[in-house]
Amino acid sequence: MLELLTGFVEELRAAGLPVSLTESIDAAAAMHHVPMEDRQALKYALAATLVKSADHWRAFDTAFEVFFSLRGERYGIDAGSGNSSAETAAAGSDGQEGAVGAAGAGGGSPVSAEDLAEQLYRALLFGDDGRLVALARMAVGRFAGMEPGRPVGGTYYLYRTLRQLDMDGLRGRLLDAARMQAPGGALSPLEERLMSDEMQQRLTRLRNAVEDEIRRRLVADRGAQALARSLRSPLPEEIDFMHATRDELLALQRAIRPLSRKLAVRLARKRRRGRTGPLDFRSTVRHSLSTGGVPVDLRFRPPHPAKPELVVIADISGSVASFARFTLHLVHALSDQFSKVRSFVFIDGIDEVTEIFDRSDDVAEAVHRVNTEADVVWVDGHSDYGHALGVFWERWGHGITSRTSVLVLGDARNNYHAPQAWVLQEVGLRARHLYWLNPEPRSYWGSGDSVVDVYGAHCDEVVEVRNLRQLEHFVSQLT
Amino acid sequence: MTSEASRPVAPAARGSELGEDLGPLGFPDPGPARFAGVDDVRDQLAAAGYLADDAIAGVVHLADRLAKPVLIEGPAGTGKTELAKSVARVTGSRLVRLQCYEGLDESKALYEWNYRKQLLRIQAQQVLDAGPASDASSTVASASGGDSGSGRASGGPGRLTWRDVEEDIFSEEFLLARPLLQAIRSTEPVVLLVDEVDRVELETEALLLEVLSEYQVSIPELGTVRAQRIPLVFLTSNNTRELSEALKRRCLYLHLDYPTLERERAIVTSRVPGIGDELADQVARIVRSLRTLELKKPPSVSETLDWARTLVLLGIEQVDAENARATLHVLLKYRSDLERAAKELEMTQTDGR
Repeated sequence: MLELLTGFVEELRAAGLPVSLTESIDAAAAMHHVPMEDRQALKYALAATLVKSADHWRAFDTAFEVFFSLRGERYGIDAGSGNSSAETAAAGSDGQEGAVGAAGAGGGSPVSAEDLAEQLYRALLFGDDGRLVALARMAVGRFAGMEPGRPVGGTYYLYRTLRQLDMDGLRGRLLDAARMQAPGGALSPLEERLMSDEMQQRLTRLRNAVEDEIRRRLVADRGAQALARSLRSPLPEEIDFMHATRDELLALQRAIRPLSRKLAVRLARKRRRGRTGPLDFRSTVRHSLSTGGVPVDLRFRPPHPAKPELVVIADISGSVASFARFTLHLVHALSDQFSKVRSFVFIDGIDEVTEIFDRSDDVAEAVHRVNTEADVVWVDGHSDYGHALGVFWERWGHGITSRTSVLVLGDARNNYHAPQAWVLQEVGLRARHLYWLNPEPRSYWGSGDSVVDVYGAHCDEVVEVRNLRQLEHFVSQLT
Repeated sequence: MTSEASRPVAPAARGSELGEDLGPLGFPDPGPARFAGVDDVRDQLAAAGYLADDAIAGVVHLADRLAKPVLIEGPAGTGKTELAKSVARVTGSRLVRLQCYEGLDESKALYEWNYRKQLLRIQAQQVLDAGPASDASSTVASASGGDSGSGRASGGPGRLTWRDVEEDIFSEEFLLARPLLQAIRSTEPVVLLVDEVDRVELETEALLLEVLSEYQVSIPELGTVRAQRIPLVFLTSNNTRELSEALKRRCLYLHLDYPTLERERAIVTSRVPGIGDELADQVARIVRSLRTLELKKPPSVSETLDWARTLVLLGIEQVDAENARATLHVLLKYRSDLERAAKELEMTQTDGR
């Protein structure tokens, strides 16, 4: 068991969780106090000692399901159906299909696809979770077509199984059934919405059950460590902006709201505590009374440092769009911390979008409006930093003062247009600070059509911002 | 006011002999178990009106057995503080609460010398000594310059030397115990609640470390005060900033998220008197749907309870679009959220089916 725990801790570390030595000792101690046969209790005990941030829960969950999957129980089923328990893991996964099929259908022959779909529908309709899990296992056995030793990722099997189950069709049928049951044969819009959320939840449960089952079989086939390695996914704060998948973008979306709240608190605190104001003579004298007139405790007025103005100029062309979106969102969520925030977006033309972000609370809506309303295409819709900066300087350059900090967001891939670096030089001379945030890895800078070095010469700093962690770090340094 | 009477703190100073109280693996001895097991925790808490799920009950059980503090994180209004209070109730312990805020320091969290009283004490001594012969201020002044041993030897009978005064004014009588020290020193069982620990600065967190890992407080003038029975400690955080690694390492971690549909329904049923099962179910389902929307401030459990109470008070037995829209402001606190929810849940259409 200790061996298993060490392997598990190593896997967590490999997935990016900071697990210290004391924490793994705690985990070992905690295992003494939970009943070994209770898997759920073990999971919570390990989580309480090893995972110290809610963001890391997903990574922990995946690793736990892989390392502590129900292997023992399964071999038990195999042994019952007459197979030798000393089989290879691959053969084990074959035997499993028959065994579960038999257990689910209560007979020797596997059930037909229609039958399975019908049973699944009923289980979903009545919210019968135990049945749902058993059926999910059966569905995986039937539809996933898993073969031992095949180097295919779990998502492939998941896709195959779910396509056969026809989730959208199920959902429609379930909703119809709910409507039938309602008095009068119809639901009010509110009830309709609630019912659809409920069904969505049940279908998610089904999907999870299928995923669990596929993972369990893969563990049997390939072994825990190998599988954990292939299932490892980056933590939300380490997802690369430029190469995020759709799911990862959603995770980022969720992470950014708490992050902006956190940053706002931190910046406000820093501003209050950064410098002390002038001596508050009245208050000092008042407080000296309790020490017999000796001013032991000096009192200062609260400081009032000026808030900086911020101008953000963001490239929103395809490759860096999501980076620009998250940064703009973060900066506007923090707008209380600055005296003014103005934002501009460009591809080869440039437009001001401050109002769009200020007026709407909803990020998705704001981004949509930026994409449709802002006039950012001038000729062909390929990034032209030179032209965009030139127009910016002409139209809005006078708004930059010695209190303004300017951020430019982009990869500086200029498609071999003229860089017009003199604009940045002018901006840099007039503004208080000029930063360039580049979502590309540092090693790519200056390669191909990247002109970041030309621009960088005029900036206070060029910062590599590839993920949320780096973005957070930069913004917290900003004021 | 004699120096002998002021020593009840001192026995605890035995803690300086390290290793004495430590069990195997260097863990502090947790003492007799407060709970029989995870299920016992759940049952007892349920009897006290707190419905714990597996994660909560498991962590509380471990906290008791491993003698480790619990760090509870999660959105506002999910029952973080309530958990600590309920545990205090079921274990029959006194709840000592330290409310954290920005600018909290040692003198508010641990202990403080009552320097006004000390000042008074010294001045009173001067007045008393001035009576018989010479003035006491010269004694104090000369002795504080030289070493204290000779100060005592040269002092006449019946006269207090600098050393006596020093021992006197740094005795327990002049010590103001703040929550952390109170919890450590208490002879009755204690649950210590450090509320909203994320509000203190990063540097101030260090204050907590000695208390949380060794369950002791070092006072230079008195020695080390050690807990007789290790208290259950709960720290809550709203996650407005990342807590330090050092603090997290010393704690068990519990993330309290919004409850599942079933648990929320059970909470509503148990906490709102006179609510019907059907209404409770509807309330829980509407709240769950609301939480899936991108709201500025999703409804918390306490707001759910407020809403359920409102509905019961108004005599509503079934929520429909009309009365939901009329009472939604109990649940949502932003105008934009209200509009969003009304739109999404199609409550603007009052003609119904």
